[in-house]
Amino acid sequence: MEDPSSILHRLQKTFRSGVTIPESFRRTQLQNLLALVQENEQLILDALHKDLSKPKFEAFLSEIDMVANDLHYTLDNFYSWMQLEYSSKNLATRMDKCFVRREPLGVVLIIGAWNYPLHLILLPLVGAIAAGNCVLLKPSEISQATEQLLAELIPKYLSKDCYSVVCGGAEYTKALLENKFDHIFYTGSQAVARTILQAAAVHLTPVTLELGGKCPCIIYGHIDIPSAARRLVWSKFFNAGQSCVAPDYVLCSAEIRDALLPAVRQTLKEFYGEDARAGPDMGRIINPHHWNRLMELLEKSRGKVVMGGEGYQEDRYIAPTVLVDVEESDILMQEEIFGPILPILTVKSLEEATDFVNRRAKPLAVYVFSDEHSVVTTVLENTSSGGFCANDGIVHMALPGLPFGGVGASGFGHYHGRWTFETFSHRRGCMMRSWALEKINVLRYPPYSDSNLSWLRWATSAKKSWISCSIM
Amino acid sequence: MSREQIAVERARKAFLTGRSKPLEIHQLKNLANFLVEKQSEIADAKKDLNKSEVGTQLYETLGLEGEIGLAVKKLKEWAAPRPVEKNLLTISDTVYIQPEPLGVVLVIGAWNYPWAVTIQPLIGAIAAGNACVVKPSEVCVHTAQVMETLLPLYIDKELYPVVTGGVMETQELLRQRFDHVFYTGNSAVGRLVMEAAAKHLTPVTLELGGKSPCYIDKNCDVPMACRRVTWGKYTNCGQTCIAPDYILCEPSIQEQVIQEVQKSIKAFYTENPKSCPDYGRIINQRHFKRIMAMSEGSTIAVGGDNDESECYIAPTVLRNVKPGSKVMQEEIFGPLLPIMTVSGLDEAIQTINQGEKPLALYVFSPDDKVIKRMIAETSSGGVLANDCLVHYSVSALPFGGVGNSGMGCYHGKFSFDQLSHLRACLIKQLKMEGVNDMRYPPHTAKKLGWARFFILKNPDLGWLARMGLLACLVVVAAVLLQNYFL
Repeated sequence: MEDPSSILHRLQKTFRSGVTIPESFRRTQLQNLLALVQENEQLILDALHKDLSKPKFEAFLSEIDMVANDLHYTLDNFYSWMQLEYSSKNLATRMDKCFVRREPLGVVLIIGAWNYPLHLILLPLVGAIAAGNCVLLKPSEISQATEQLLAELIPKYLSKDCYSVVCGGAEYTKALLENKFDHIFYTGSQAVARTILQAAAVHLTPVTLELGGKCPCIIYGHIDIPSAARRLVWSKFFNAGQSCVAPDYVLCSAEIRDALLPAVRQTLKEFYGEDARAGPDMGRIINPHHWNRLMELLEKSRGKVVMGGEGYQEDRYIAPTVLVDVEESDILMQEEIFGPILPILTVKSLEEATDFVNRRAKPLAVYVFSDEHSVVTTVLENTSSGGFCANDGIVHMALPGLPFGGVGASGFGHYHGRWTFETFSHRRGCMMRSWALEKINVLRYPPYSDSNLSWLRWATSAKKSWISCSIM
Repeated sequence: MSREQIAVERARKAFLTGRSKPLEIHQLKNLANFLVEKQSEIADAKKDLNKSEVGTQLYETLGLEGEIGLAVKKLKEWAAPRPVEKNLLTISDTVYIQPEPLGVVLVIGAWNYPWAVTIQPLIGAIAAGNACVVKPSEVCVHTAQVMETLLPLYIDKELYPVVTGGVMETQELLRQRFDHVFYTGNSAVGRLVMEAAAKHLTPVTLELGGKSPCYIDKNCDVPMACRRVTWGKYTNCGQTCIAPDYILCEPSIQEQVIQEVQKSIKAFYTENPKSCPDYGRIINQRHFKRIMAMSEGSTIAVGGDNDESECYIAPTVLRNVKPGSKVMQEEIFGPLLPIMTVSGLDEAIQTINQGEKPLALYVFSPDDKVIKRMIAETSSGGVLANDCLVHYSVSALPFGGVGNSGMGCYHGKFSFDQLSHLRACLIKQLKMEGVNDMRYPPHTAKKLGWARFFILKNPDLGWLARMGLLACLVVVAAVLLQNYFL
């Protein structure tokens, strides 16, 4: 395996040559990436199935189409994103030109995750290419089949001088991080994020962290139970619960819980049949380590299993499981579950629910199901999270106009659509001063005098709404 | 519990009461009043840097008053939900970005413009609805004291406590958990700040520095360029993060540049800058020694005299400086202006790119093509053509570094955005469940087809589809008009 420093050195040399800058180059690479995704659908589906038993439907919607969608959106728009953004002018700067120029950062590192092994690494890549950078991709070694496929396909479709794929585990990543990158984009866990940030601090490298958390789902007030049940079940058990924005647990009143359970049971039957394991539509846990982790959680939990609960080690299957009577101190409530296990906790009021959420670390998403607008607003205004979705789960991720990212323990920075482009760009403030009006400049030069100062203060006084910058 | 811990805990409690969130511009207006009413106490703190009262107003508080005015005027607009485009599936939903406060922000100030760089981030923090712990630089003893005693008289002392102290106290502060840390200073400490913040996964804004190059094209109006460069360089005795650090020019104009700079120095600071009230001093002896050591090995063309007891260094110009000389190894942050000769624009760009990305880049030229090339082939926090420093005061421009000169940016709306969380919001209704059906299992090929149609954007059909849709709408409108209105 090539030494990371030499790969980086090569990418840096390419970046300095300026080849990634022209719009035509970026467009070609983005089109090639689109071709990669479109021409290798079956290979991608196979790899995703091998890694996660991902149902074809999920693979299309949440992986292939997400990437293709973002590519189309970016191809349509990135040229306009690249343009100079002129600042509004006022009397003082009428003779000057002020604008913001978006420039590539240089060589960026993108570290992928295993739960959506395709889109979590390719979506950031789209924006990084569009922004004119060279990229080093480090897919997750846990989703091996996808990792191998990417290592094989990327060099076939994209410029080998500008974009490289490296494969390796924790030790390799550690060695990689000793080098200086111009930006690091990481999707994964908090523990690893800390080491990445500390490594980045040495080089003053800016970082984007897409982490996770326990995304609460508050169900309250007047509500259409069957619809809520369907959306909740869909977003929870999609990818066997292994989504960073899956509703982790439910907070609702005892009455709603009692109405919800039969609806959930009915929905599970509708979606996955009597035996979800036999059908093609339920995914599997990524590997034995996580399967064991989840089964242990189930075993140690003091909650009552009312649906599911079975697991089979040979194919890493865990049935869609629902538990009730789960307390705040339960083991299921300590860390992000990241599996097809849904604890339902009861609260007596909406305030109790929002207090509960606020006692914990800020999650990647907060969900609320209610027909009442005031309930939705109360939850929105009284909690903080990366994103927020009322009356559905996960889907806010699919809108390219919305910034997707965390806050607090769920991460910082964001991407998708134009936001990815911005993440991998430097916004350079530029001002072209005119040679004229030197007489006005005289006001600012020493020897300082009170009268000159008064003139300057008059000109820059905030009361004058038509001047928004000091002359200086 | 340490004093720092207590201040942070109190700020967090105060934040959790929710009182920093509403768009009351009360606190901002109080801050503005403070700047106006305590003008003399603020200027009195000039003891730290020997800044004149006019100098302090001009370079410190004037900008702050402008920023507060802007924030007060625009806050409602900045804090409002920002709508976002939708796709076919979400056409009936509400989609927007809601800016929210982060929580408790830590602002660590610097000593060179102690008011500007400490209070300006505070303005952004307050505007965005955060609580903010302010840690002024301990190097400016008097300014820190004034901040500590007077600020609490004007703004909420629990939400915005001022915590003074040195390295130990700063380290203790950094051990606490913040929701954002905003640091202005040098890269060495910047690294430590980022590392400390990493333990809590706290995002940081680092406003650092670097060697800001200044290229003077031989065809430009050299006297005017030199006047502007002289002003930019020797203001605050060169202790400005965006001061033009060194000049690059062709050998043919070096002498003229030296003469013109000398003329401007005389015009600004008289024959004897030491006795001129408008010329500052080096902040302390440690920096005095550092700067004097840097001049070793280089030829002095102008100035050079100094007085350690007063931390005085005359406005100095160095000629024929070589890239390997001491003065070119790190940011000068003092009144030494080295001139390095280059054969032309190509060599200038090459030289600049050999160094770390600076906070600012200056280019003086009458030729737009020269300026464009300089911008296109280099990288820096910001660029200013044909003047120095003033891009700092344009609130519509993001002010911040890149690479070694920092990360993040602020000023104007950028301060607000930097210290906010932009929360993505999607508000759906529980009805229209039928539309959702196609995404639910059991998955059939037909359902997949429909789902992909709605979600997947196909640019080849894009224009055609839009025209088609338009045509349909026209037909529908025509039919409606015909049947119901005509």
